[in-house]
Formats: sequence, structure tokens, C-alpha cells
Amino acid sequence: MPTKPAGTLYRGREGMWSWVGHRITGVVIFFFLLVHVLDTSLVRVSPEAYTAVIGAYKNPLMALGETGLVAAIVFHAFNGLRIIAVDFWKKGAKYQRQMLWTVLALWVVVMVGFSIRHLSLALGGH
Amino acid sequence: MTATIDSPRSGKNSSGKISPQYRRTGASRGNFEMFAWLFMRLSGVVLVVLIFGHLFVNLLVGEGIQAIDFGFVAGKWADPFWQIWDLAMLWLAMLHGTNGVRTIINDYAEKDSTRLWLKIVLYAATTVIIVLGTLVIFTFNPCPVVDGVPLPGGFCPA
Repeated sequence: MPTKPAGTLYRGREGMWSWVGHRITGVVIFFFLLVHVLDTSLVRVSPEAYTAVIGAYKNPLMALGETGLVAAIVFHAFNGLRIIAVDFWKKGAKYQRQMLWTVLALWVVVMVGFSIRHLSLALGGH
Repeated sequence: MTATIDSPRSGKNSSGKISPQYRRTGASRGNFEMFAWLFMRLSGVVLVVLIFGHLFVNLLVGEGIQAIDFGFVAGKWADPFWQIWDLAMLWLAMLHGTNGVRTIINDYAEKDSTRLWLKIVLYAATTVIIVLGTLVIFTFNPCPVVDGVPLPGGFCPA
């Protein structure tokens, strides 16, 4: 088996780090999806069972977790559209760096809006 | 005296064909990987719409997450529009995610047997989740009854 050369970094910069981010967010979203189908399936057990498990999503710590999850989804979505542009748009590869910074700028805008709305609803007193 | 050596992929070796070790097709998996690549892009675009819509309607409108309970789900699935929406989201997201994890397994699991077992576990989980989710959407009952008694919290016709 080949041994790994020490201290190398493949290419680096925007191209590699967006790829790393896409993988990590993808795996996180996938495992949440498995859990989310299971918790939703409790509607077939009883109304009380579903309401109890959904209640767990409404505590303050989970509200932060949901915000993190949505941050992962929004990055994966926008960067996914960037990947499609790199693959199908003639000038996609040339502008992949600028497109990543656009993705990150849009991600910040969407996440600021989402966080304010979701956290004020989830943490706001009732 | 000079000998002419043709390029291995020139198609000019003694048999007049590309030598088997240089052939890129043949004992391959057909176009499976190309369809998988294309599926990731097509499903990805659709999922952006489906999931952003899902998050908007469930978390940002009205009371947001505070409004989600059994009645909220019953209200949505009373409408075939949301049944189809959720069904499409379930299938596309699971297949998109499964193919992504398959790619990651292929990249990082070096032993053949490790790759095989990880993929068996992955495909088993995918099958269970897709079948379960599909059944839940289509067999949902807003008024569940056990032993002739409606369960509390259900929505039963008066």
C-alpha cells in the first residue's frame, strides 16, 4: 500500500475548500434526513408520540442546531448550483472563484435573515 | 535500422485494434456513473426548490416551528399538493444523499470488503427510509383509532 507523503495539501484555495465544505455539509444533511424521516414517521404511531418528539425540536439548544443545519443546507444548495455552473456554463471553470465568493455572500445574507426570524420564533416567549 | 513503435492508442497494433489494457470501455458498468453524475445535478436543482419551500412554509411563516404538531402535519397532508411535494422531496433527497455517500465510500474505503459492507449498510438504510417514508405519506390517518377509541390529539369528523 502506498504511504502518504507528509504535509501535502491538494491544490488548496477556493476550489478545494468548497469541495471539502460540500462533502461535510452533504454528510451532515444526509444523517439528519434519516433521523427526520424517522421522527416524522411517529405520526403513524399516535398524535401524542409525534407532538412529544417535535417538542424536542422546540428547545433553545435545538433551535441553534436547526440554524446550523439550515446553514449547511443553504451552503450545499448554493455551492451545488455553482458546481452545475462550472460543469455546464462555458465560462464556469474560469469564474469558479468569483462564483464561490458570490455563494458565500448570498449564504451570509440568507443566514442572517433566517437566523433572526427562526431564533426569534423559537426562543421568543409564548 | 529503425523500428517503428505505434502509440498504444493509435489503433495500429498487430491486431489492428486497441490493446485490451488501453481500452476504456468493455467490462465497465455501462453509463451508470454518467447517469449518476447527471442525476446529482438534475435532482440538485429540484431539491433546492423543494427544500427551500419546505423550510419557508414550516419554519418562517406564521408561528414557525412553534406551530408544528400533529395537526400541522394533518393539515398539510389533507392536500395532495403537499403529499406529492413531500414524496418527491423524500425520494430525490434520499437518492441524492445515497449517491453522495456512495461516492465518499468509494473515495475513502480502500479495502474491497470494507467498501462492500459500507455500501450494503447504506443501501439497506436507504431502502428502509424510502419505503417507510412513502408508506407514512400514503397511509397517514388524521383520526387514528385504537380498539374503537380515537386517540387523543387526532382530527376526527364530528
